[in-house]
Amino acid sequence: MSTLAAQAKVDADRPMIDVKDLYKSFGGTPVLKGVSLRIMPGTTCVILGGSGSGKTVLMKHIIGLLKPDKGEVWVDGVEITRLRGRELQDERQKMGMVFQNAALFDSMTVGDNVAFPLREHSPFSEQEIAEKVKDKLGVVSLFDVEKKFPAELSGGMRKRVGLARAIIRDPKIVLYDEPTTGLDPLTTESVDEMIITARAKLGVTSVVISHDIGSAFHIADYIAVLHFGRIVEEGPPAKVRKSEEPHTKQFLSTWFGRT
Amino acid sequence: MAEAQPSQEPSQVAAFGAWLATPIIAIGELALFFFQSIAAIFRPPYRVGSLFAQLDFMAFGSLFVVGLTGLFTGMVLALQTIYAFGLFNAQSLVGATVELSLARELAPIFTSIVVVARVGSAVATELGTMRVTEQIDALETMAVDPYNYLVVPRVVAAAVATPLLTMLFNAVGLFGAYCVSVFLRDMAPGTFLNRLSALVEMKDLTDGLGKSAVIGFVVIMISAYRGYKASGGARGVGIATTQAVVGGLIAIFAIDYVYTAITLSSTASRGGGLGG
Repeated sequence: MSTLAAQAKVDADRPMIDVKDLYKSFGGTPVLKGVSLRIMPGTTCVILGGSGSGKTVLMKHIIGLLKPDKGEVWVDGVEITRLRGRELQDERQKMGMVFQNAALFDSMTVGDNVAFPLREHSPFSEQEIAEKVKDKLGVVSLFDVEKKFPAELSGGMRKRVGLARAIIRDPKIVLYDEPTTGLDPLTTESVDEMIITARAKLGVTSVVISHDIGSAFHIADYIAVLHFGRIVEEGPPAKVRKSEEPHTKQFLSTWFGRT
Repeated sequence: MAEAQPSQEPSQVAAFGAWLATPIIAIGELALFFFQSIAAIFRPPYRVGSLFAQLDFMAFGSLFVVGLTGLFTGMVLALQTIYAFGLFNAQSLVGATVELSLARELAPIFTSIVVVARVGSAVATELGTMRVTEQIDALETMAVDPYNYLVVPRVVAAAVATPLLTMLFNAVGLFGAYCVSVFLRDMAPGTFLNRLSALVEMKDLTDGLGKSAVIGFVVIMISAYRGYKASGGARGVGIATTQAVVGGLIAIFAIDYVYTAITLSSTASRGGGLGG
């Protein structure tokens, strides 16, 4: 029992995602220049930065879509940059990703989209899959949309379907790529609530990359500010809000300076 | 002026290096894509449902256009051959010549051209759109191998569908040639068919079918590669589709020559000929 308790403490203290000194260049142009970041289990971390700061590249390293030139990415205690093939696929099953434009398969219905990861990787019957799909669509407040095609949904609804698909296998981590970009203020608000609700109901670790400062301060437990491949400021929102770091101050002034 | 020279030389060397590197990198990427796709064919899961869906699209969906192309090709081939062979009174060889031309060359090549135009463009566009809308990235994040899920069913279906369509082209083409020769040019049916069974061997048919299977596999692989590597939104998908069709057409004629040279070298050693 004491061993289990000790292990539980180790797990709680261990970051869910631990990025160590990450470097990445494309065609000789450095994009990440020594990024280090620790994201604790069950928290929502927003990686905030402008266009070209390296946010998407950092996220693609976390999910193993890109290999770094140098550095390590530990996810739930496993160093994933050295994994390939089946091992990498197994590790990816701990994660779900919500893409900027949802990236739903437009040839499939909403129900088939959400069911897709289960049909690929689980032994559930079609009836069990249908129940799980309904359940996860309920988590994101969507009802009776299983038979619709993605083209019949609004942008916000598509993002919700994208989240339902990402969480259908109960992942430990959900990654959001620019979830509020291009959305109107009301839809942005509803997507923010969706992220908060998903974390509250499922206890997942959330990583959000965004340049939406208002949304970031609404949903984040922890904010890291990325500027041209380097994290220039990080901490809880209250700390970042008062940052004197010049790039952070300038970036945040575009929002807080006006409100 | 004197100082400008040393700075220009390295830039010219770099430009030459970049010019040289571009096709080498492209060939290397294509080879890697071929290798990864072929390896994925033998890796489970085996997607039989997707394979049949692709066969339905490629083979069944192309029946009409391939049949029509075959009919007109056979008809015009008969007209040309009757005219040419009439110059030296050799009409009895028309049927055999038409069928040899169809079986060995025209059916596999014309069918492959139809496959590139109809199927290759569709494959490049579909995969290209999936790439630029991040659907392929989504597959990977859901631990699904895109080679296994997207590329394998398409290239295997192409390797099966193209020879099947070639057989149809052969049959319809010969039927068209027969109709033109017998009903429009008043050739006796026996004259048309006289040397057919004697001069056309099973190997002529199987060589053509083998060639079409190889071409179908390679051209759809090129189309899948172009779509898979597409970038830059709608314009990027358009460029990928154009590159897929152009690359596929070049591949058809290049493979045609190499495959024909290899198969004919083994045929020549049999000592066959018109006198047979």
